Amino acid sequence: MSDSKQHSKHHENGDHDHDHSHAHTDHSHWSDMHLKVKTLESLLVEKGYIDPAALDVIVETYETKVGPRNGAAVVARAWNDDAYLRRLRENATEAIAELGFSGRQGEHMKIVENTADTHNMVVCTLCSCYPWSVLGLPPVWYKSAPYRSRAVMEPRVVLSEFGLELPEEVRITVWDSTAEMRYLVIPQRPDGTQGWSEEALAEIVTRDSMIGTGLPLVRMESKA
Amino acid sequence: MNGLHDMGGMQCHGSVEPESNEPIFHAAWEERALAMTVAMGFAGKWNIDISRFARESLPPDFYLSKSYYQIWLAGLQSLMLERGMVSEKELETGKCEAPGLDVKRVVSAGEMPAALAAGAPVEREAIVEPGFAIGEDVRTLNINPKGHTRLPRYARGKSGRIAAIQGYHVFPDSNAHGEGENPQWLYCVCFEAQELFGQAAEQGNKIMVDCWGAYLEHA
Repeated sequence: MSDSKQHSKHHENGDHDHDHSHAHTDHSHWSDMHLKVKTLESLLVEKGYIDPAALDVIVETYETKVGPRNGAAVVARAWNDDAYLRRLRENATEAIAELGFSGRQGEHMKIVENTADTHNMVVCTLCSCYPWSVLGLPPVWYKSAPYRSRAVMEPRVVLSEFGLELPEEVRITVWDSTAEMRYLVIPQRPDGTQGWSEEALAEIVTRDSMIGTGLPLVRMESKA
Repeated sequence: MNGLHDMGGMQCHGSVEPESNEPIFHAAWEERALAMTVAMGFAGKWNIDISRFARESLPPDFYLSKSYYQIWLAGLQSLMLERGMVSEKELETGKCEAPGLDVKRVVSAGEMPAALAAGAPVEREAIVEPGFAIGEDVRTLNINPKGHTRLPRYARGKSGRIAAIQGYHVFPDSNAHGEGENPQWLYCVCFEAQELFGQAAEQGNKIMVDCWGAYLEHA
């Protein structure tokens, strides 16, 4: 839904209680940004630079179609299909496109595989480069100064801030996305998942496990 | 430009604070800011390197204190102002006072899914052989250009090894300044963490940095 639609609905309702219930929250805090962005959008539409309906499509794409479920499907297939894994190693962009995922900020993909002695993690120290086609839009922490500044120098400490404590003997390789290459971490397949379907495997592949700041989630009850 | 955006190795920014169950957008205006930035890219008035440089060139206190979508919006406004696509007064009042400039393309809602899925690949047909080989020891140049560069400060004047040849890619340092794509070979260079950060880094850790040939010399 567009910003303008939300605003008009709000006014139609004349809902003062609504205002009070959200007082002193992000809503009031950001109200000047709402106005600023709305003003800019109407100016650009009037100038003939953009189609507002096309903006709705962009938002809908990244809210409902392009997100970490895409990457999880790639990882699950890689775990279950050696031939697919080989194609990913050979040309990740093409292999990922086989599953229907391509495009903006995923034009030049590479996979990096975790092993028993090497853990991979991805950062963009210079801005916020992130593999949109498989992970969607980056979380705020990925774009934040603490992550961008420290991931390269003290990755183990950064990982501990995500609650991830790697064994001491595991070394960390950090991939700084300085060019248009986009990296997708293939985590190690957890023990006890032999025979699982791709759908079940994809369920345990978290976004953070594909950035390298987490591991796949295996709940105790599903281990059996 | 040695700006605040080049954050690798800084120690003053505190700890990482992941948000559990983080929403894709934190406010409706963020959705529109993202979408406008993406949509305006199709106008053909700038490229991705120009837009990155516009964000890097924002005042440092602004860059550090604002949210990422606020930075995107400010970058977008500065790009449009520079090109006369909007005026300061129009931005302030929101009132259109002159017709828009001709743009390369206005993507409609119907065309947008295909446009997003197509992306904008930056690999070009190579006209020379790679100047460095996989496994070769290299050194990064100690460059400090006033313009845009994608060689982070922490990786300048350092020794590494070519881990992979990524392709023949558009060179941001020239493309960001209207000096042409100047495509060249892009290499993935592997650095030992301690080569970059001394004893502050853990022995055996590695940092991989994608470097264009122009950033490198034979060791």
